[in-house]
Amino acid sequence: MSKCLMLGNEAAARGLYEAGCEFVSSYPGTPSTEITEFAAKYDDIYAEWAPNEKVAMESAFGASFAGKRSFCGMKHVGLNVAADPLFTLSYTGVNAGLIIGVADDPGMHSSQNEQDSRHYAIASKVPMLEPSDSAESKEYTKIAFELSEKFDTPVILKMCTRVAHCQGIVELEDRDIVEDVEYVKDPQKYIMTPANAIKKHPIVEERLEKLRKWAENSGINRIEEGTSNEYGFITSSTCYNYVKEVFGDKYPVLKIGLINPLPNNTILNFASKVNNLVVVEELDGIIEQHCNTLGLKPIGKDKFTNLGEFSQTIVANAFGIKKEVPFTFKEELPARPPALCAGCPHRGIFYVLHNRDITVHGDIGCYTLGAMPPLNALDSTVCMGASVSGLHGFNKVAPERANNTVAVIGDSTFMHSGVTGLINIAYNESNSTVIILDNSITGMTGHQQNPTTGINLKGDPAGKVCLEDLCKSIGIKRVRVIDPYDIKKSEQVIIDELDADEPSVIISRRPCALLKNVKHPGPIKCDTEKCVGCKACMRIGCPAISMVKDKAFIDETLCVGCGVCGQMCKMGALPLRKEADND
Amino acid sequence: MTKNIMIVGVGGQGTLLASKILGKLFLTKDYDVKVSEVHGMSQRGGSVVTYVRYGDKVYSPIVDKGEADIIISFELLEAARWVEYLKKDGVLITNTQQINPMPVITGVSKYPENIKKKLMDMGVQVEGFDALTLAEEVGSPKCVNIVLLGHLSHHFDFTEEEWHEAIRSCVKERFVDMNIKAFELGRKAGYTVLNRIGDFISNVIS
Ligand SMILES: Cc1ncc(C[n+]2csc(CCOP(=O)(O)OP(=O)(O)O)c2C)c(N)n1
Ligand code: SF4
Ligand code: SF4
Repeated sequence: MSKCLMLGNEAAARGLYEAGCEFVSSYPGTPSTEITEFAAKYDDIYAEWAPNEKVAMESAFGASFAGKRSFCGMKHVGLNVAADPLFTLSYTGVNAGLIIGVADDPGMHSSQNEQDSRHYAIASKVPMLEPSDSAESKEYTKIAFELSEKFDTPVILKMCTRVAHCQGIVELEDRDIVEDVEYVKDPQKYIMTPANAIKKHPIVEERLEKLRKWAENSGINRIEEGTSNEYGFITSSTCYNYVKEVFGDKYPVLKIGLINPLPNNTILNFASKVNNLVVVEELDGIIEQHCNTLGLKPIGKDKFTNLGEFSQTIVANAFGIKKEVPFTFKEELPARPPALCAGCPHRGIFYVLHNRDITVHGDIGCYTLGAMPPLNALDSTVCMGASVSGLHGFNKVAPERANNTVAVIGDSTFMHSGVTGLINIAYNESNSTVIILDNSITGMTGHQQNPTTGINLKGDPAGKVCLEDLCKSIGIKRVRVIDPYDIKKSEQVIIDELDADEPSVIISRRPCALLKNVKHPGPIKCDTEKCVGCKACMRIGCPAISMVKDKAFIDETLCVGCGVCGQMCKMGALPLRKEADND
Repeated sequence: MTKNIMIVGVGGQGTLLASKILGKLFLTKDYDVKVSEVHGMSQRGGSVVTYVRYGDKVYSPIVDKGEADIIISFELLEAARWVEYLKKDGVLITNTQQINPMPVITGVSKYPENIKKKLMDMGVQVEGFDALTLAEEVGSPKCVNIVLLGHLSHHFDFTEEEWHEAIRSCVKERFVDMNIKAFELGRKAGYTVLNRIGDFISNVIS
């Protein structure tokens, strides 16, 4: 079994294994999560979820410092959180190899923006490798460790949705035996006081030029010949695949594997051999701008958009190649947006907040879906943690609104960066009410453990942060716990805490309905004799409920019997919750 | 020549497993294969799509409009949504199950009527059948994916044993028997549907 199909992320994890990596610390985020989940399956790799990306990167640095090859993984916006260590780790360099895995999401399949991570490599002067498929994901991971150690630098491995989440063929090799690098105290290398850092900066600049030289001759950037020189393409990552899909071997292609630093001579040479130079890259025109600085004027963003993800059709269309679309369904079709699951513990809270017309500072997680109709419960969503800090600023300048305004934040997001905002609320004393939606898991990214769950990435029992104690120790005196399946009680507690004249935290506690260890009472049935078709139950947006022949109908394959709809029904047509075995 | 298969449906219906099994199968036949999926938001009951491409050399991980040789749809509305991706002589295999999306549930939109007939009137080669009932027959609505694969199997010349093997390698041991049964039911249903449209062998892709 040497050949198998692997996701790009799984292949990167395999690369970590084969390269003798011993330490992985990451924070989940689509489309990067599976690198770490697959790495955790290798007994030879210690792997963990950190509370956020900054902690992950610093921990991975610590492991490298101690002499072990290490890795941290995150999505593109996670690199914003970890940008602080990144820029200075560029100066310190590494002891054993250190890889920073980051996955972009052009097209925003599951992200709040489509920033281009390549800017970070350029800004921090750190090399960045960009694989185009699963085989390269593994190969480049191994090269990344070599580069890291050879050039004394962290190396960024840049994935994107179509590489990370595409399965392709990978040839498996054995794990290398890698000697630990000895730890030697070296203050001038690792203590970045101004006096030391000032000496480091020129070294970083020199390193970049050395890497550029390496990039010219190492084969990491390769030229594939064509039969016509009318056009010549410079491209990388998944765009390479689209160019090859459309043109095959017709035109020469310079495939870039190392996106930073770019190989000047290779590019100039390649350009001199073709009539029209074309750069195909998703999002920003980074390779193109580099070509411009070399005095080349390639076809680039004048023909290709800097929005969204590309495809073979986008490349073909740019060259006037039209493709037939033989069938189109003429009617307008209802959209099928994602929704909170049937039985989702977040639903009841959003129903209350919406019903009472409360202003809600939202955050990032499954509960962002509370913004969708019919709940329409959110007023803002920016980035992880912003709900709590945003609420504080809002309440400080609009105190008259404070007792009708809350923040909602998930347990994982609270651990990630909500707690610092809460400290600000306690310290600078805004009359704020924060609702922690504690569903005992990191739901949106596919159910990862976090510091509040008491279980680690490998599935073993672990330390457990007690949210109540944490909030109290920060200085929040009012901490209440509610069960979001109980609408009336939850509503009362929310009203009480909004009315209170001091900061408060409400912990809404119920595990995610999809967790395997959660026992549900099972599907309910609508008593059609009693149902009058008033649609009161439809206001909570449970996907298991629809109206069939003017009566509520419960989809048995979806309903878990949470009993929330029963609390909407005044006619007693929908039963209240029966207690399940482990309630 | 690269061949393109699309698997479309509703998040939670098990489209990923179906694409994984197909990928395995093509791999054992020494094709180059790429299987693309999108994780994340789509898992919460949204519209989902996976692409399976195989051939001597596969570059692009995705299938674009007008390129699919076969679309397997797990749900009727999704069949209508994705039919733009079908090639002129492509085949649309669809489960006739309807799952109402949130805008239909809340009454903002209406679920289109007679989708299957409209698709056929457009000239689409539709092979539609009720995969859900068959899946329930073997014991779980979750088996819809494997029932559909059973139907799909008529479009390839893999042996039944090769299909079984691919299924076995992708599902947990205690579910193997149920899934093999689901596959067989789907395959049997395929004979019936295909005989009815009298177009059995011409779409074989190997
Ligand atoms: C900086 C950053 N890192 C990671 C992500 C990816 N991400 C989106 S939601 C989420 C976690 C949500 O978990 P939780 O707060 O527990 O809410 P749940 O989804 O369980 O309701 C993560 C990690 C992100 N959007 N931004
Ligand atoms: S996965 Fe869990 S938390 Fe997320 S929407 Fe579903 S039930 Fe709610
Ligand atoms: S009990 Fe009601 S609200 Fe809860 S999952 Fe079933 S239908 Fe949905």
